[in-house]
Amino acid sequence: MKAHLTRRCMFSASHRLHSEEMSEAENRATYGKCNNPYGHGHNYMVEVTVSGPVDDQTGMVCNLVDLDGFLHNHILERYDHQNLNLLPEFAKDVPTTENLCIAIYDIVKRGFHQAHLEKVRIEETMMNSFEYSGENGC
Amino acid sequence: MVYLTRKAEFSASHFYHNPDFTADENQRIFGKCNNPNGHGHNYTLEVTVKGAVDPKSGFVVDLKQLKDVMSREVLDALDHRFLNKEVPEFFAKIPTTENLAIAIWQRLQPKLSAAQLHRVRVYETPDLFVDFYGEA
Repeated sequence: MKAHLTRRCMFSASHRLHSEEMSEAENRATYGKCNNPYGHGHNYMVEVTVSGPVDDQTGMVCNLVDLDGFLHNHILERYDHQNLNLLPEFAKDVPTTENLCIAIYDIVKRGFHQAHLEKVRIEETMMNSFEYSGENGC
Repeated sequence: MVYLTRKAEFSASHFYHNPDFTADENQRIFGKCNNPNGHGHNYTLEVTVKGAVDPKSGFVVDLKQLKDVMSREVLDALDHRFLNKEVPEFFAKIPTTENLAIAIWQRLQPKLSAAQLHRVRVYETPDLFVDFYGEA
């Protein structure tokens, strides 16, 4: 039988929303306070959902030690206490939480093969959350 | 179609062990969860049902009925129990959160006549949960 397993984890990072393709005035109008040149930060809550058949022998969709190890090594180590704007994935793309969702989805999709990746959901604050399920996701 | 979710909490102990594995394999695969003396969690259960809103009552389902079924079929059987030793589903199956979500679905599904069961979500901790949608 198929089940979905979700792990939540948290990291803190800073960013500034600013597009080189817009004028100073357009950036300010588009991003408001998020355009502050000194940046600002969030506690990001990331939910990674994987799915698959529950293994008869282990009762698991995937071994949580593997999933936790992957998320620690490839997500938390990469993003926690970093300035997102300085990371290569945001050299051109603005580090909005939409783009962060896509970046994290791509990392997990590329590197974690013990279960099927369903979705990445990020809470930027308690009031804002974003989800990405891949290009063909619904 | 409207979806309605009812939450409940229960506390239970369990451990993970497969008699087909060697002691070393059990330890390697299940780690701390393999301690035969068990450990416990405060589980949060979310049961989501779906259906059309009844034009007379304005309900998808009578919440009291749903609450009663959850109490009788799930909480009475699982709350403050050692899952491996007291709950028949887990005499032979490992009481992982995946299998717990499936077992709760199987307990509820035949008893819910008024609305259709959509999802069973079981939080083992606030940071870890499993969803089961009845998929084969």
